Amino acid sequence: MAEGRTLQAICEQIIPTDQTPGAAWAGVVNFIDRQLTGPYRRQQAAYRSGLQEIDDAAVGKFGKDFAALDGQMQTEVLQSLTGGAKRFFSTAIAHTMQGYYGDPRHGGNRDAVSWRMLGVPVIPIRGRNRYELPKQGA
Amino acid sequence: MALKHVNAVIVGAGAGGGVAAKELAAGGLSVVLLERGKWYTAADCRKDDLRNQRTSVLGNNSGPDEARNPRVVVDLNGQERVALPSEGGYSNNAGCVGGGTFTYGAQAWRYQEKDFRMASTYGVPEGSTLSDWPISYADLEPYYEKAEYEIGVSGDVSADPFHGPRRKPLPMPPLPVGREHTILKPAAQGLGLHPFDIPMLRNSVPYGGRPPCMQCRWCVGFACEVNAKCGTQNTAIPMALATGNCELRTGCMAREVTTDARGRVTGVAYYDADDRLREQTADIVIVSSAAVESARLLLNSKSTMHPAGLGNAHDQVGRNLQGHTYTGAWGLFDFDTYDDIGPGASIAVCDYNHGNPGLIGGAMLANEFIRLPYQFVSAGMPGVPQWGSGHKDFMRQWYRRSIAVQGPTQEIPIAESRVQVDAKVKDFWGLPVARLSGGKHAKTMETSVAMAEKAEAWLKAAGAIRTWKKLAGKGTSGGQHQAGTCRMGDDPRTSVVDKYCRVHDQDNLYVIDGSVHVTNGGFNPVLTIMATAYYAAERIVKGRKGRGV
Repeated sequence: MAEGRTLQAICEQIIPTDQTPGAAWAGVVNFIDRQLTGPYRRQQAAYRSGLQEIDDAAVGKFGKDFAALDGQMQTEVLQSLTGGAKRFFSTAIAHTMQGYYGDPRHGGNRDAVSWRMLGVPVIPIRGRNRYELPKQGA
Repeated sequence: MALKHVNAVIVGAGAGGGVAAKELAAGGLSVVLLERGKWYTAADCRKDDLRNQRTSVLGNNSGPDEARNPRVVVDLNGQERVALPSEGGYSNNAGCVGGGTFTYGAQAWRYQEKDFRMASTYGVPEGSTLSDWPISYADLEPYYEKAEYEIGVSGDVSADPFHGPRRKPLPMPPLPVGREHTILKPAAQGLGLHPFDIPMLRNSVPYGGRPPCMQCRWCVGFACEVNAKCGTQNTAIPMALATGNCELRTGCMAREVTTDARGRVTGVAYYDADDRLREQTADIVIVSSAAVESARLLLNSKSTMHPAGLGNAHDQVGRNLQGHTYTGAWGLFDFDTYDDIGPGASIAVCDYNHGNPGLIGGAMLANEFIRLPYQFVSAGMPGVPQWGSGHKDFMRQWYRRSIAVQGPTQEIPIAESRVQVDAKVKDFWGLPVARLSGGKHAKTMETSVAMAEKAEAWLKAAGAIRTWKKLAGKGTSGGQHQAGTCRMGDDPRTSVVDKYCRVHDQDNLYVIDGSVHVTNGGFNPVLTIMATAYYAAERIVKGRKGRGV
């Protein structure tokens, strides 16, 4: 899906991979996709138009879809957004943070990757929440 | 089929309503306790860091129902919008048995003596409705004590020289302290402050048939998994039901307080769990729905005798809405401060509640509750980008090496900060929704900035290598600490209820919750709500003794 590719690239810009995995590996797009059919359902239209506007901005600036640009170009596109696209990007930042740093049960933060990065104990009480976290190392 | 007439019907099973139900039922009155939400249990904890009372980005965990309960929120520019319970600005408290006490952080503060006489102490600043309470700290002291012992409070306030006189110590010792406490305590002492263990409605030892806190990190905003937090849902309400005199009905949304042809209160009309309209008649009606919904219910109770709503002959219902203006500071340290031990908040100073030169009131300052990773995302250190590798680096480097200190600045009430009922927007049941508007007094903002400076100084003294302030906006407060909308007073022209929480022009209608607070202290308000409920309910029970209840 073109929209999924664009969103994945935006999320990875928001939380990039460095010595620890970024938003793409952590499944943030999966998180957002799930929430768009639940708590975020009122924002489906904003995602549709926002992703399109960011792709349009990428084409206007560098002649390619957002996901096809290199990282430096993508950063430039995101930094130069205005109006509705800029507002959408703010929403995407908030949702990406939720998907990356929030509980893995919602489809992001795969393997509790952000909690491991921060040094937060993943299962503080054995036996209590084993049914709600993905298998370790999966 | 008509419902059996009872002595009292109470609308709202939170801190105030739960305690009132227990006192009336124990005093021999027949009571119906109506609650719009559900009765959750400790098993509903869920530990979901994106869906809870405090972080409700994916919804809230303790009501009210997201689809059925909109409000209208008017911002400082006059722009209005419809807000849902999990959205910012809605001022949600909770909609469940126990109300806010089901998920709260559970700080159990007594207000100080001066908090009841703010106008006498400071004068009345222009543009404000600052006023004294018609009752004093001494009037409430026995009831504070009753709340501490009956609901259950742990902590140790003996090192706090600023609290009012008290006859007994707290019934439970404080919890073992965490790393932040050991870092902040010597720093406060070095500044000449008086740090001590925060009183909390939380078991530190077995109490009331429930176990002690296990100090996990899912605290404020969550149901306690081991039932160690003491709310009315696991104390006063079960006690009320055990008397056999109280019936709790959940899923019941009050429509209006009903009156007869002469304008006297007769009961409550409500929609039951199956959305059928019912009427519960009663000798006494007690509204305990928290400051926003209590005001809304009175305003929605219109009749020919009460065209502006009940208790509203002088246009006072809904005014003086206040919460707290939370400000403070973050500090970063060059060593780990995070120990993964809850509840986090454990050390406080009350040196700045009063006596700040040129300011009115102040705030108790305390370290913040243990934060879940997502809550650190918006810490907002100046210079840190909101996204990209700079933000990720900040999270990685400082999540375990930061402390937040903050406090609830006492607000100077203004008449324009208010709850009205909206002319157009209706809820699921067709009832006009609450409309919140107004802002804060300039003196409130001034004091809140000073409190942030004090918090920052404390963190610096504790060795923080970088600090920055957390300041507050000028928009109306409310939220979990909502108060003031049916203020207590001797003059019916400037208040809604008398000193016993009875609505001025009614002999059988009461408001018992934070709505009656004239001012809201520089403290979390729940223990005062409970104490006021014990105090007002005792009067109701005594008043009926001679009449063969």
